[in-house]
Amino acid sequence: MRHKIIRKLCFAALCSFSSLSFADSIIVQSTTSTKNSGLYDYILPKASTDTGIKVNVVAVGTGQAIKNAQRCDGDILLVHAKTSEETFVAQGFGIERFDLMYNDFIIVGPAHDPASIKGSSEASEALRQIASTEAIFASRGDDSGTHKAELRLWRDSMIDPTEASGQWYRETGSGMGATLNIAVGMNAYALTDRATWTKFGNKGDFQIHVEGDQKLFNQYGVILVNPKKCPNVNAVAGQKLIDWLLSKTGQAAIASYQVNGNQLFYPNAR
Amino acid sequence: MRETRDSGKPNLQISVNNLCLDMLGSRVLDQIDLTIDQPGVTMILGPNGAGKSLLLKCIHGLLSPTQGSIGFNGLNGNPKQAMVFQKPVLLRRSVMDNMRFADQDRQTQSELEQALDSVQLLEKREHPATQLSGGEQQRLALARALLTKPDLLLLDEPTASLDPASVLIIEKLIQQATRQHIKSIFISHDIGQARRLSADVIFLNRGLVIEYSDAAPFFFAPHSNEAKAFLSGEIVL
Amino acid sequence: MLTEAFSEAFRLILSADADLFEILWLSVQVSLTALLVSIVLGLPIGTTLAIANFPGKNVCITVINSLMGMPPVVVGLLVYLALSRSGPFGVFGLLYTPSAMVIAQVLLITPIIAALTCQVMDDLHKEYRDLFFSLSIPLNKAVAAYLWDARYSLITAVLAGFGRAISEVGAVMIVGGNIDHLTRVMTTAIALETSRGELSVALGLGIVLLALALSVNGLVTTVRSRARYYGCA
Repeated sequence: MRHKIIRKLCFAALCSFSSLSFADSIIVQSTTSTKNSGLYDYILPKASTDTGIKVNVVAVGTGQAIKNAQRCDGDILLVHAKTSEETFVAQGFGIERFDLMYNDFIIVGPAHDPASIKGSSEASEALRQIASTEAIFASRGDDSGTHKAELRLWRDSMIDPTEASGQWYRETGSGMGATLNIAVGMNAYALTDRATWTKFGNKGDFQIHVEGDQKLFNQYGVILVNPKKCPNVNAVAGQKLIDWLLSKTGQAAIASYQVNGNQLFYPNAR
Repeated sequence: MRETRDSGKPNLQISVNNLCLDMLGSRVLDQIDLTIDQPGVTMILGPNGAGKSLLLKCIHGLLSPTQGSIGFNGLNGNPKQAMVFQKPVLLRRSVMDNMRFADQDRQTQSELEQALDSVQLLEKREHPATQLSGGEQQRLALARALLTKPDLLLLDEPTASLDPASVLIIEKLIQQATRQHIKSIFISHDIGQARRLSADVIFLNRGLVIEYSDAAPFFFAPHSNEAKAFLSGEIVL
Repeated sequence: MLTEAFSEAFRLILSADADLFEILWLSVQVSLTALLVSIVLGLPIGTTLAIANFPGKNVCITVINSLMGMPPVVVGLLVYLALSRSGPFGVFGLLYTPSAMVIAQVLLITPIIAALTCQVMDDLHKEYRDLFFSLSIPLNKAVAAYLWDARYSLITAVLAGFGRAISEVGAVMIVGGNIDHLTRVMTTAIALETSRGELSVALGLGIVLLALALSVNGLVTTVRSRARYYGCA
């Protein structure tokens, strides 16, 4: 009797595994912000209904997502580091890069604002002030899109924060959420995308201190992985999903995603 | 003192020929030559570290000698052997399951029960064997050994530190085994027990056979100084 | 935070949250499958290492013992590189599937089961060896006796493997990808909720996982107390 039950369980386990490779499913190598903010939970069911494609999202940092896609472990790349994306396409790993949507980065920090950066309209000025007061700053340090944007801002402010690595400049080597948790834990400033921040549940007394600078613009792009480089790529389904994302329906879906009444992503496909 | 048997069964003869055993670089059994041809119990006596257990293990085949050989004569083919260890080895099962495990001949339940009854363990047949007292464990080990119907029974201090009742039961069973023409080789530290049971005696010291003779002359007038000292209770170094 | 987490855990369980049960079920499925494979591999390996004599045996035992402490992330990385489309086993398309997670967990827990089996069997072999020789027990009957008499200790070893599998996050995160409705299990869901800053949900999930671990441990205790009765704890 017991043996029968065990055998049935094993059988069920095996069946459920083999049934997973059904029909048209694709893998999106994605940045974390689009997932952590809940955007995918909102738009992907709509996309699946319209296209009949099952979309599986692997959310890692932008840097890792690009590397994974270069190893052919995904059909679509959806990240936010334009220069790296263009290199990816130029090297032949991707077919074409499309602008998909944007939002912006913000600098968040503790309410008492030890570096007095609140209200600063220039991000690099704020960073200079953080550096000069040696207020703690938590960096992603993981080669992600946000990390690249942050390093760009430091370059603009003519400061090399890595000289103070381990002192006031602390590279977490973790995802956005983990870095925010760490920042809140040690009262550190951090650069984050607005979507992740809005949806983030462990804000403590943290506030947005710097926003609105042109340089804080955060562009998301989408790329179909080149089937010539990666023969396993489901190009038809992948293209179909990209077409949907860039279509009026898809763009409207992105625009209509709100958290607490705030729009998180602004579609800008041409 | 030699008992002559009137049964048609020939005596088992065990010949140990020039046997040497080295362990960890030192010689622990040295040129042992013996022909054991008496029926009944052959007692191996000697101080600690004399090599008694090692000799028994060589005879049983648990240890391979470095030199020399052991031969068995008098039976068709090799004798069936069984061994009872100083520390009884019991399977982690019930008393009855320990008996069943050793039973190669598919004996009937009543035969197994009879064997347990002979060591007064019938009432504990469903007890976990490892929960028995030391004496009970050794009685079970002996019953299990006898269940295999051996021609040669090897006993390595089976009654050391057992309760008197268990010692009595075990001695009775061994005497009974002798009556059933089972040859026994028995190691003991108990000189009284040796006197009670033995037909002949091998006295070992430091890996050497010092004396091998019938029991009566050995206990009455040992030849060697070591044996004299041993029998008078002095420690032999 | 803690009370919030507990109420969240109870809310998740009482509301019979469909997602929660999907995740929990996948966790159990993946870990049980991995366990099954690991038993099939680990028991014979451990038994052979304990009983057989061959040159290099001690080296093998040392290797297996060290593999017990292999960091899950390293295992995950190795499996990822092997299963990646550009890796040697890429053609099978196993990356980001539950099968990949099973493979990673098998690599993690087979050494545990093999090493613990080896230890248990070695002890028993040393104890029984002379007796079995004396009784002329054939090898197959001897091995069967070892397995049977060590069964309680072996079950403990197996449960230890299961505990490691079900609570492990580093490897399954890398090779599974934490894909919703496909490869998301309890531990990766906890990691995700943590990165969303939803700490009480994460802790709530943790409590559910803990409850599962507790019931498994309860099983171990029951098994152990029975084992003690037969002197095999």
